[in-house]
Amino acid sequence: MDWREMEKVIERRQGAVWLEAARQFAPLAMGYIPVGLAYGVLAQKCGLSALNTVLMSVFVYAGSSQLIAVAMFAAGASPMSVVAATFIVNLRHLLMSAALSPFMKQWRLTELVAFSFEMTDETFAVHSTRFSGGDTDKRLTFAINLLAHSVWVMASWAGALAGSGIPAVEPLGMDFVLPAMFIALLSMQAKNGLHWLVAGFSGLVSVALLQAGFDQWSVIVATVLGATFGAGVQSWNNK
Amino acid sequence: MEQQVVFFVIMGMCLVTYIPRVAPMLVLASRSMPEPVVRWLSFVPTAVLSAMLLPSIVAPGNQLALTSDNLFLWAGVPAFVLAVTTRSFFGTIALGMAIVAGARYFFM
Repeated sequence: MDWREMEKVIERRQGAVWLEAARQFAPLAMGYIPVGLAYGVLAQKCGLSALNTVLMSVFVYAGSSQLIAVAMFAAGASPMSVVAATFIVNLRHLLMSAALSPFMKQWRLTELVAFSFEMTDETFAVHSTRFSGGDTDKRLTFAINLLAHSVWVMASWAGALAGSGIPAVEPLGMDFVLPAMFIALLSMQAKNGLHWLVAGFSGLVSVALLQAGFDQWSVIVATVLGATFGAGVQSWNNK
Repeated sequence: MEQQVVFFVIMGMCLVTYIPRVAPMLVLASRSMPEPVVRWLSFVPTAVLSAMLLPSIVAPGNQLALTSDNLFLWAGVPAFVLAVTTRSFFGTIALGMAIVAGARYFFM
């Protein structure tokens, strides 16, 4: 095969990677776009410039913490308290990052640094399902991440530009998109009965902690207890 | 708040968000971990997704609502059944949205 043919094959492969990335990201876009728009609109209302609105989506890239931060700005919170709240809300990524580590032994330092910058709840769920199913293709991984991050930034920007011109999403049931997305992500993740048991356990612990007033720590504590429960039951069964 | 101050806060937010995202990978990826740790980590995805999901359905707005007027409960159960039986991502989201939108249109 001469170089021109080879180039064509490579081009086609690259095209295929982006196509596959788009296919895997498409369902997530249904969550990213409305939430990104909502964040952009809220940020404008809370007095952020369009530039800062977009920069936050570029540099922080964590939906719920961005919504909390702009609301705190509007309420006149101190800069330190905004940063502190962000830290606590996003601390759950610690566990996600650790959970993906066993699949990333062959990755270079620069790749780990770039990958983790774009690890959100949703991309984590997708990659974790892919990796544990044996698909560890790096190019596809980065293509999905870049696509997701770009869509998030664009949606925030569009929200900032549109301001309050965006109609209410409740009549369309759009506020149920995120829960529905997590239902789908969870059902792809849970492989067997024990996984469902862990899901039920950590979900209930999370609800209980929330009710007890530990709203910022509920996810982390419930995850640690849920994973411990699962590992414990599995060791017990293996004996 | 001044836009300049906001910018510095964003940089601070970036730092405190990025460190928990990158640190475990940098420390753990190059090592081979003992079997019990790997096993424990294998339950993290399921546990963390459920810990984020369940409160959003049974307690929307951080208020426990196991009541018949909680639409997310009505939509969540069939969406869950569809997700488990068909594994269809779009189908799950579409069904859930349709139930919530329909219930609001017809009953509220």
